Amino acid sequence: MKYDRILIRYGEMSTKGKNRNRFVVRLKRNIEKKLKSFSNIKIEYMRDRMYILLNGEPHEEILEQLKTVFGIQSFSLAMKCENDIELIKATALAAVQQLPYEGKTFKVSAKRVDKQFPLGSNDLNYEIGSHILRNTESLTVNVREPDINVRVEVRKDGTYVTCRDILGAGGLPIGTSGKAMLMLSGGIDSPVAGYLAMKRGLEIEAVHFFSPPFTSERAKQKVIDLVKKLTTFGGKMKLHIVPFTDIQQAIHRQVPDGYSLISARRMMLKITDLLRKKHNGLAIVTGESLGQVASQTLESMFVINEMTTTPILRPLVSMDKTEIIEIARKIDTHDISILPYEDCCTIFTPSAPKTRPKREKAAYYESFVDLMPLIDEAIANTETLIIDETFTTVDEFEELF
Amino acid sequence: MIYLDNSATTKPFPEVVESFVTVATKYFGNPSSLHELGMKAERLLEQSREQTAALLGVKTNEIIFTSGGTEANNFAIKGVALQYRRRGNHIITTAIEHPSVAEPCKQLEELGFEVTYLPVNEKGRVDVEELARMIRDDTILVSVMHVNNEVGSIQPIEQIGQLLTRYPKTIFHVDHVQGIGKVPLDLKKAHVDLCTMSAHKFHGLRGAGILYVRDGVRISPLLAGGGQELQLRSGTENVAAIVAMTKALRLSLEAYKRKLPHLLAMKERWMNELNEIADIQLNTPSDCSAPHIINFSLNGLKSEVFVHELAKQQIFVSTTSACSSKRRAPSKTLLAMGMESKKAESAIRISLSYENTMEEISVAVRSIKQALKKLKEVTR
Repeated sequence: MKYDRILIRYGEMSTKGKNRNRFVVRLKRNIEKKLKSFSNIKIEYMRDRMYILLNGEPHEEILEQLKTVFGIQSFSLAMKCENDIELIKATALAAVQQLPYEGKTFKVSAKRVDKQFPLGSNDLNYEIGSHILRNTESLTVNVREPDINVRVEVRKDGTYVTCRDILGAGGLPIGTSGKAMLMLSGGIDSPVAGYLAMKRGLEIEAVHFFSPPFTSERAKQKVIDLVKKLTTFGGKMKLHIVPFTDIQQAIHRQVPDGYSLISARRMMLKITDLLRKKHNGLAIVTGESLGQVASQTLESMFVINEMTTTPILRPLVSMDKTEIIEIARKIDTHDISILPYEDCCTIFTPSAPKTRPKREKAAYYESFVDLMPLIDEAIANTETLIIDETFTTVDEFEELF
Repeated sequence: MIYLDNSATTKPFPEVVESFVTVATKYFGNPSSLHELGMKAERLLEQSREQTAALLGVKTNEIIFTSGGTEANNFAIKGVALQYRRRGNHIITTAIEHPSVAEPCKQLEELGFEVTYLPVNEKGRVDVEELARMIRDDTILVSVMHVNNEVGSIQPIEQIGQLLTRYPKTIFHVDHVQGIGKVPLDLKKAHVDLCTMSAHKFHGLRGAGILYVRDGVRISPLLAGGGQELQLRSGTENVAAIVAMTKALRLSLEAYKRKLPHLLAMKERWMNELNEIADIQLNTPSDCSAPHIINFSLNGLKSEVFVHELAKQQIFVSTTSACSSKRRAPSKTLLAMGMESKKAESAIRISLSYENTMEEISVAVRSIKQALKKLKEVTR
C-alpha cells in the first residue's frame, strides 16, 4: 500500500460563505496550472478540502510545488481505504511504515465524520494504535507531543489516513481578489509588496519605469528576473515597461531640485493609474514603507497620492527594513534586488530632496510645462512582456543550451 | 576507430562544439563589461549557472565555474584548509584519490596539516566505520571520490554524508569527475558540501569545470582578483566553454536516462568476454562499480606495449589513468586494493561512453587476443 493522494486543506477561504465555490474553483485552477507538467494527476474538490490523486506521479516534487500556491493552509500525503476496520488498521500501519519511524513516538487521532460507522473515535484510536504498536518495533506512544500524528478520518466516501501535515503558503487563491498594478522598481521592497499582494488573492501586473541611457539594459533585465521569481507564486505575469527618459528630463529642466523627485513620482503614479484603467485593474500596489526614504514620508505620500483616487495598497507600510529583507530572502528576490544597477529611483536623485513637500508647490512647479503629451507618448510606447518561469529575453540563446 | 578511453577524456558532442564556436565568435564580450556585448555574455553565464543548478538539483548560487576538475579539487581542498585552519588541521582522504586531490593534500602536509589516508578493501571501497573512527575534533575536511578513475569502484558517499551530519565542523568534499552522468549522486540527499565536476569527461570541452559549494559553506578563494564567480574564483569567465559544458551536461544526463541499460549491457558483455581470456585477470569488482570502467591486468605483460599494439589497430585504451600513465608507476588504486605490484604494473583500463557500441566489442576483443599473443612471443 502506498500514498496515492495529497489532501489539501483550505486556508481562510473556508469562511467565505456563499462565495466559497468561486474560491475553491479558482484554487483548483491555480493548482492545475502549477502542476501541469504532471499529466496523470487528477484533482477532486469538495466544499472543505481537495484531493490530488497521484496516479503514479512523484509526490516529492508535487509537494514542493504546492508550497508556493496561495490559498492552501496545509496539505498531507494521504491513503484512502474503505470504511472497514481491518482495512483501516492495515492502511494506518502502512502509512506509518513508509516514514522513518524507528525510535519515534506516535499517536492516533481518529475522527468519525460518518456517524454510521460502528466504532467511535476513541475505539478507533485504541484499535488502530494497538495494531500499529503490535506490528512495529522501536515505536512508542506519546499522546502529548508525538513525532508522528496518525490522523484517521472516517468519512462517508471512505477513510483517509495522513501522517504529516505540511504548512501551505496561506493567503487566498490568486485572482479571487481582483487585479492590481504593481509599481516595480528593482529594489528590495517592491517585489515583496507584490508577493504580499498576491498572497491576499490579487492578480498582479507589474509596471516598471525605464530611463535609457541613464538606466541600463541590465536594470531592465533585473526587473524581468524579479518578475520571473514572482511567477513562482502567480504563474504567468504581465510586465509593462514604460519609457520614462523624456518625462524625467522635462521635469529635471523645469522643476527645482528639491521637488524633482516628488514630481517624477507623481508622474509615475499618474502613468500607472492610466495603465491600470487600460488593463481593468482596481488598485495600485507599491513597496512604500513609511519613513524609509525622502519620498516615503507621510507628507510625500500625501503629495504623490494626489494624482489619483484609485486605492493605493502599501503592504509594507508598517514594516521595518529587516522584516522586508527577511521576506525578500524567503521568496528569493533579495539577491537580485541588491545588484548594483541604477534604476528609476536612484537616477536623478537630488542631493537634498524635500522631505516635507507642499502640494501646492509641486503643482505650481509642474504647471509651467505640459507633461500630458509626454505621458501619452510614454503610454503609447510602453512595452508589455508576458513573463513565465521559462521566459528569456534573448531567444537567440536558445539553441546554445 | 574504437575509442575506449572515455575516462581520460570524451569526444565532445558536435552540438556542444557548435555552441562553443557560436559563443566564442558572436558573444565574445567580457561578462563584466557594461556594454551590450558584455551584458549578453553575462546573460549566457547566468543562464548556464541556472541550468547547471537545475540539472544538479541545487541552488543557483551554489555553482562556481572553474577551469576544470584539477582546479576545482585544489580549490575545494586548499580553500577549506585556508578558511578553517584555525578550527583544525586534520584532513581525511582516501588512498585511491586522483592526483588532483592527493597532491594538494601532500602540499598541505608540507605546510603542517595532518592528512589521514583511508585504506580501501580488495574491492576498492573505503569502510565507513573506519572513517568514523578517524574523525577527530580537529578534522576540518573529508574528501572522498565518488567513482574511482582507475577501477571504477563506487564509494558509499551517501553513508559518509549521513555520518558527517554528526560533525557539523567537518566539510565534506566529493570528487565526482568520473561519476557525473554515469552514477547518480544526489548532492542534497548525500549531504555533500563541495563537489567537483569536469566538462571534458561528459562530452564538453576542456577549460571548464564545476565546483558545487553548498550554500552556507565558506571557502577561501584560490584565485584572488576581480571577484568573478560570486567573489570565489577570479579570472575572466570562459563563457564559451561554460555554455558548452552546460549543454553537454544536459545531453549527458539525458543520455543517462535513455541509454543506461545499453551501457550496463556493454559492460557486462565486456566483462564476460575478457573473463574468457586466460591471460587477463579482471580488477574491476563486479558489484559497487561504475557502468563504464573496466580494469584488468595482463598477467605480468607490459601494459604500455599492449596499448601501443592496440593503437596500431585504431583501438584506444589506457594504462590505468591517463594522468599517471606517463610516470610508469604501478596503479595506485590497485596497490591500495592489495594487489601485488607486478599485477598492478600490467593494468589496462577500458572506459566506455554512451557512444560506444556492442559491435565494437567483438572487434576489439579479437585485437586484444592478437596483441596478447604477439606480446607473449616477444617478452617470453
